[in-house]
Amino acid sequence: MSTTNPSTKPLGALAAGARAGRDGVAADGAVAPERRRRGLRLPRWNRVASPLLLLAVWQLVSVTGLISATKLPPPTKVISTAYTLITTDSPAYGTLQHALLASLGRVAVGFALGAGCALILATIAGLSRFGEDLVDPLMQMLRTLPLFGLVPVFIVWFGIGQLPKVLLIAIGAAIPLYLNTFAGIRGVDGRLGELGTVLGLRRTELVRHIVLPGALPDVLVGLRQSLGVAWLSLVVAEQLNTNAGLGFIINQGTQFLQNDVIFVALAVYTILGLLTDWMVRVVERRALGWRRGLLVR
Amino acid sequence: MAPRAAGALADSRSAAGSGPTASGAGGPGNVAGPVVSVSGLTRRFGERTVLSSLDLEIEAGEIVALIGRSGSGKSTLLRALAGLDEHPDGEVAIQGTVAMAFQEPRLVPWRRVIDNVTLGLRGADPAGRARQALTEVGLDDHRRAWPLTLSGGEAQRVSLARALVREPSVLLLDEPFGALDALTRIAMHRLLLALWEEHLPAILLVTHDVDEALALADRVLVLGDGRIAHQSAVALPRPRDRDHPDLIALRNRLLSELGVDTKGTQ
Repeated sequence: MSTTNPSTKPLGALAAGARAGRDGVAADGAVAPERRRRGLRLPRWNRVASPLLLLAVWQLVSVTGLISATKLPPPTKVISTAYTLITTDSPAYGTLQHALLASLGRVAVGFALGAGCALILATIAGLSRFGEDLVDPLMQMLRTLPLFGLVPVFIVWFGIGQLPKVLLIAIGAAIPLYLNTFAGIRGVDGRLGELGTVLGLRRTELVRHIVLPGALPDVLVGLRQSLGVAWLSLVVAEQLNTNAGLGFIINQGTQFLQNDVIFVALAVYTILGLLTDWMVRVVERRALGWRRGLLVR
Repeated sequence: MAPRAAGALADSRSAAGSGPTASGAGGPGNVAGPVVSVSGLTRRFGERTVLSSLDLEIEAGEIVALIGRSGSGKSTLLRALAGLDEHPDGEVAIQGTVAMAFQEPRLVPWRRVIDNVTLGLRGADPAGRARQALTEVGLDDHRRAWPLTLSGGEAQRVSLARALVREPSVLLLDEPFGALDALTRIAMHRLLLALWEEHLPAILLVTHDVDEALALADRVLVLGDGRIAHQSAVALPRPRDRDHPDLIALRNRLLSELGVDTKGTQ
């Protein structure tokens, strides 16, 4: 393929870049390197500068005793606490990785359940009026319901075990994905539907080749929002009675007045959220390579 | 010059275009009788009657241009033939397969050029046939490109390849060159004629451009009052000189037909 050597093609940078967009790295190298250096590298360092400055101030304020280190443990303390939590299996906290796995499992099951249902329901609602009338009113009702207001009800219904936590995450994750997927399917250019008719596509082919790929950009936006809500729901759900997970560590940290432990758990939540968001962005870059020609410009 | 003109241009209401293109019977449209026959086609949108008991026949391998003022129902007729209209009254019979190219090329943006051509393509070796079609329009090099990176002319050529790879007996073209610049349009006319000579489909070309109709068609239809108000056969060999006296006479005639229409319906 021409991806590795687009410069030999008399196509111009735009076409070459879009063509190379199949694999992200090669594309980045291929498209106007000058612009990348000036337009992206520099601001990227600028963007790192202010958080680093914040960390430095935080460290200084804490170490000099301006704010008590028990209230605001310095970053170095948070890191060393994290190290201790990883290396020692204390009776109060267990290990950090154990908590991490418990939380990850919860969010994975809840998210998979919610996202799966959302995709199926949005496809049903998106593809037919009948499906819309059937599904959409219920989803709109669910959407307006305050999610975390359900917590006490869930405790009454399902107790304080795994089920209410997973359900809370599932419902939280389902809604943005449903809304975006539904809108995406309905937003597919009707003229492409006509094209499908002219080309003699069967209904399943139309859905597979035109409708779903057309909705994909919206699905991915929904996916990112859903992941955000899923992590948020996890934090809230883990404030319920838990004996494992990051929320459990936070609860224990509160009881033992160990703010450094709470900060570690919060940092892990943040890192996990950033990681999943980054994963969707990678998928986005690969799956939506066809738009690259426009995005790079 | 005058006698030749009379011979070359047969103006009539009933002349079915069995002119120089009757040889098209050797192509994919190898069927007895017309490949398109429409009778009593009527289409209303609410109060407005766009097509009113329209009759039309197109022979195998014939190139027919359809002109008319905007809103005269050109596209409506084409959509009825393409099966895109769910509520037409009247009879539409088509022998063989229909393919269509639109004014905007309508390439599916998330499918590469070749995957646009193979979309919905049945039968053996769709990829090989698609490459053959792309080669014919001079775009085999671009087969892995994304549609959004193509120029207008290139995209329209892909659209033509996608239509022709299906070996249609009838090719419907809805102002396919309307959005292209003049130079590209001339190149596209040549390409279309070359492809037609190779595959010999019957072509129904909707256009608002009288010169385009005269450059390409065996027969030019003028749509007015919801039916074929006028038709002229063009019996000059292609490629045609735009300034040929016969064409000038015919152009004036067609323009006046279009003008008369404007007065007729207010």
